Amino acid sequence: MTTEPVKLIGAFGSPFVHRVEVALRLKRVPYELILEEDMANKSQLLLNHNPVHKKVPVLLHGDRAIAESLVIVEYVDEAFHELPLLPADPYERAMARFWARFLEEKCLEPLRTALFADGEAQKASMKEARESLAVVEEQLTLRGRRFLGGDAIGLADIAGGGMLAHWLGVVEEVAGVRVLSDDEEEYPALRRWAAEYRSCEAVKECLPDRGRLLSYFAAIREKCVSVANSMVRR
Amino acid sequence: MAGKDDLKLLGVLLSPFAVRVSMALSLKGVSYEYVEEDLSNKSELLLKSNPVHKKVPVLIHNGKPISESLIIVQYVDEQFVDHSILPADPYERSIARFWAAYFDDKVFPEFYGMVKAKTVDEREKKMTETFAAIGQLEEAFAKFYEGKAFFGGDSIGYLDIVLGSCLFWFEGVRRVYEVEIISSTKTPLLAAWAQRFGETEVAKKEMPDADKVVQYLHNLHGTATK
Repeated sequence: MTTEPVKLIGAFGSPFVHRVEVALRLKRVPYELILEEDMANKSQLLLNHNPVHKKVPVLLHGDRAIAESLVIVEYVDEAFHELPLLPADPYERAMARFWARFLEEKCLEPLRTALFADGEAQKASMKEARESLAVVEEQLTLRGRRFLGGDAIGLADIAGGGMLAHWLGVVEEVAGVRVLSDDEEEYPALRRWAAEYRSCEAVKECLPDRGRLLSYFAAIREKCVSVANSMVRR
Repeated sequence: MAGKDDLKLLGVLLSPFAVRVSMALSLKGVSYEYVEEDLSNKSELLLKSNPVHKKVPVLIHNGKPISESLIIVQYVDEQFVDHSILPADPYERSIARFWAAYFDDKVFPEFYGMVKAKTVDEREKKMTETFAAIGQLEEAFAKFYEGKAFFGGDSIGYLDIVLGSCLFWFEGVRRVYEVEIISSTKTPLLAAWAQRFGETEVAKKEMPDADKVVQYLHNLHGTATK
């Protein structure tokens, strides 16, 4: 199974695709990146392999297709045995999954509306995002290790690192809204963790160029605003 | 028995998420102490064990708390090795995880939105969305699990527990609103699966009575019995 070709259907600018790339690179799994040219006009390949959500990333491993970035990351961890992304101990694994889920649900989810919506909904999301980041800050401070996963990067770091350490600055600039201020005294452990994340070789290899990312988000700003507002109306 | 593995499950009787954990523990044949929480007056233990979310279920194993039902079920599976809950093959595991996430993120929230709806219009809207979402699960059963008794194969597994723990809620809603989330006409595979699931030892032991949901719904909407 491990010698079958690995392909990743992705799109430029997606922090979810980035998660999978980091995982593949950490595990030293060679893969072919197939980029969707235009997410408004999805390829048949993507639609065939992720008919449920029609989103990237989708991992193709031999004749298997796996969707949902964190599901893919766990698949990659289990299908390829070197350099585990999750600890061996069941309790520590549960903690890693807990923090991955927390970052996804409580930090990243509210950011869409915190950055691009307006009025009361924006204020509420911003409050939620910052409070959640404070929880992560506390966890990082308590554990006092380089990463949420310990001394090596793991599932939880992969879940939140890209967005918080790289994408956030870009999106804040495009949205004209700050989640994290310039004050280095605020969330110091989070900032240290972000720096650790960015310093990983596997991360550096697949972090999109900041300038390009900025142009990309500037171009889709309108879409981000309308998506954020539609989420509010639900 | 006690002393080697001290297990405590904090839950509420009506929570399908807590039922998931009881089902997983039951499958593993592991004994535990169940603590019924009052969510309007949360215990010190709950607040200490799940300070981040302050929610049930929480499993406390030898003093160490684990929260989030799907995470707890995976923990139980990995900690107690007999009677596997998740399949062994990584690809099959990814399919199970994908659909578990789908159920929790797409099916249940719409269903619960329907339960909490304050107007008929809102309920109709949420109902339509619930049907659409459960339709995807029916298709998934056809694609990945057709011909099998359960999502887990010959015996129940992860996805069976994830869905099965909510069946008493679907039944409660059927009795009160005469709406079938899983029906033999629209979702025949799931309907047949639900029947088989209900007949398992684990379901008989752990699935709460749907009448409790009926009671809850009547209290919620202040309605008299239909």
